[in-house]
Amino acid sequence: MQAAFFYLLATLAVAGGVMMVSVRNPLSGAFALILSLCSLAGLFAMLNAEFIFILQVLVYAGAIMVLIIFTIMLLNLRKEELQEAPVGWLRLLLTATLCAVGAFGAIQVFGTIEPNAATTPMEGFGNMEGVGRLMLSNWVYPFEVVSLILLVAVVGVVLLAKKVI
Amino acid sequence: MVDWIDFAIIGGKAVFIWGFALTLLPVLIWFERKGAAFIQDRAGPNRAAILGIRLAGFIHNIADVVKLLMKEMMIPPHVNRVFFMIAPVLGFTFILTAFAVIPWADTLNVGGREITMQVANLNSGVLFILAITSLNVYGIILAGWSSNNKFALLGGLRSTAQMISYEIPLGLALVGVFMVYGSAQLNEIVRGQGELLFGFLPKWGLFVQPLGALLFITAAFAETNRNPFDLPEGESEIVAGYHVEYSGMRFALFYMGEYVAIVLASAMITTLYFGGWQVPYFPTEKIIASADSWLKVMLGVGGVGALAFAALMLFWARRMKIGGGFGDLRDKEGIILGVAHIAIGGAMLFFFWKTLSMGPLPDWGARTVAVVAQITSFALKTIFWCWVFIWVRWSLPRFRYDQLMRLGWKQMIPLAFVNIFITGLVMLWMDR
Amino acid sequence: MIGLHHYLYLSAILFFIGAFGVLFRRNLLVILMSIELMLNAVNLSFIAFSRYGTATMDGHVAAFFVMALAAAEAGIGLAILVMLFRNRTTVQADDMTLMRD
Repeated sequence: MQAAFFYLLATLAVAGGVMMVSVRNPLSGAFALILSLCSLAGLFAMLNAEFIFILQVLVYAGAIMVLIIFTIMLLNLRKEELQEAPVGWLRLLLTATLCAVGAFGAIQVFGTIEPNAATTPMEGFGNMEGVGRLMLSNWVYPFEVVSLILLVAVVGVVLLAKKVI
Repeated sequence: MVDWIDFAIIGGKAVFIWGFALTLLPVLIWFERKGAAFIQDRAGPNRAAILGIRLAGFIHNIADVVKLLMKEMMIPPHVNRVFFMIAPVLGFTFILTAFAVIPWADTLNVGGREITMQVANLNSGVLFILAITSLNVYGIILAGWSSNNKFALLGGLRSTAQMISYEIPLGLALVGVFMVYGSAQLNEIVRGQGELLFGFLPKWGLFVQPLGALLFITAAFAETNRNPFDLPEGESEIVAGYHVEYSGMRFALFYMGEYVAIVLASAMITTLYFGGWQVPYFPTEKIIASADSWLKVMLGVGGVGALAFAALMLFWARRMKIGGGFGDLRDKEGIILGVAHIAIGGAMLFFFWKTLSMGPLPDWGARTVAVVAQITSFALKTIFWCWVFIWVRWSLPRFRYDQLMRLGWKQMIPLAFVNIFITGLVMLWMDR
Repeated sequence: MIGLHHYLYLSAILFFIGAFGVLFRRNLLVILMSIELMLNAVNLSFIAFSRYGTATMDGHVAAFFVMALAAAEAGIGLAILVMLFRNRTTVQADDMTLMRD
């Protein structure tokens, strides 16, 4: 049962990713990526990460992707603007080989990592309360820095997007 | 090993809550038609009938469904076919998923088995609903973009901007609720609302979070694209916004999705701010302890009410007859309804009479009575909020777009922060 | 039985699909989305390690930070993109040659 769910979600995630990098229309790509992100959310739920599962749907699929789609619709690109420079076969081959080698290497490295044997998740693993407590105790300084970065991003976006300051 | 009884129970719960949401659909459409007619001082639908029975226009829904099913589902030549066909399905499916975390009664203990009256008891249930409703926007965006029509695109863009903007005050208003009840689990929040405030006021979200409740309700109106925030549709400005190119059952899916969203928003408002399934002043233990009298009261009031309604119907039928009537089957409607309600009321009173001579209820019976009372409480509150949605739609004018954005970003978000701040201060002060 | 390795391999594959998108595609929107996919692949490995490796929730916190940074990155990136489109009416990375020429 667990294996079936894993392979289903993994297939969907990979298929969404592949479709995203291969289709011409960015809007189709965005929806392929949403499919991928939602299957990843399912995988997070399988890993007992309930809070991250909800955040993944809420933040990634629900906010960031909506922003990207909003931009795509706002730019409203015409067909000729979507035409990319003709595909150099050599470049395609080189990039694909590079990425395949990279993935193969990463898998080799990951294969050497041994999982911690005695890990049954404790009660309340990955729920909102646990993650929140950890975030505001051990990780409170990174948390504050992240909030600062978000503030900077907000100001930066307003400055960038405003026509007249 | 999978326990098949648990599986069956979860399935039954899912069927129950979806049945609840989908049964409210025709009721809501009826509310909308008759409510609009009432507010605009006209009669509303009163023609569609089955063997003369019109149920004050309720049967009109069936005619509607038949019409929508029979209509051709046009696919205009200029649309993006795949997305055009997916969009209505997406809009309808996501919103139904969110009902999984709505609780509708207290935990029921039957035969050593604890049944939570909630399909999925997620630890952060409220956030789950937020996540699902944020996915709901895709149906609208896709519909707007794939229609390849400038009005549809405008509707899609408007709705995207509006939904992102109002999700923030919606989420921030919830923070106050989390703080007061110390949980994001909907069942826990409802249980926390069963206590009394100052000894006489139910500790409902409305009373402990008045500002939060106002912000949440306003944001919920915007999230469901209802008046006064229905700019994505805006019939008078952008014809019908994102669903201008749709017809037949695909249009109906959007239409139904809107009403299911209203049911969800009403259920959320009820659960978070109006005590959910709590019967005011009667926590679960109290209902279980006095289950006998609850059963008697419910049966007695129901029976007398049904008989009174029957009398009203018979009186109406008589008045119609004196006035000459329609001269067809419709003249019999009052009599048929009256007789049916006499039968219902009689049956209820018969059971009422039976309970008088019956001993005290067994434990499971008392618990079932409590669950029924709580479901009734939840359903009545939800239906009331659905009615408010319709009431507001026919009373208020639509916002202008810049007003909408100003309200969302410059007024509601700061107010939501103020609400969190005040809640924190009061909680600190109470602790001291 | 699904274990740590399954998730890690999936994470590696997704990461390099994203890397391929960044290296090969020339449309800035697609490049941005590929970066999101790469970040998500990393998140998956964080969560997997958190579940099967340390059995603490530190990985979840890290994933949360990645999400917050991704939101900031998407906001800034899209703002720059809109500005570029306004000034040069193109979203192709190959056309952005002002600093080279």
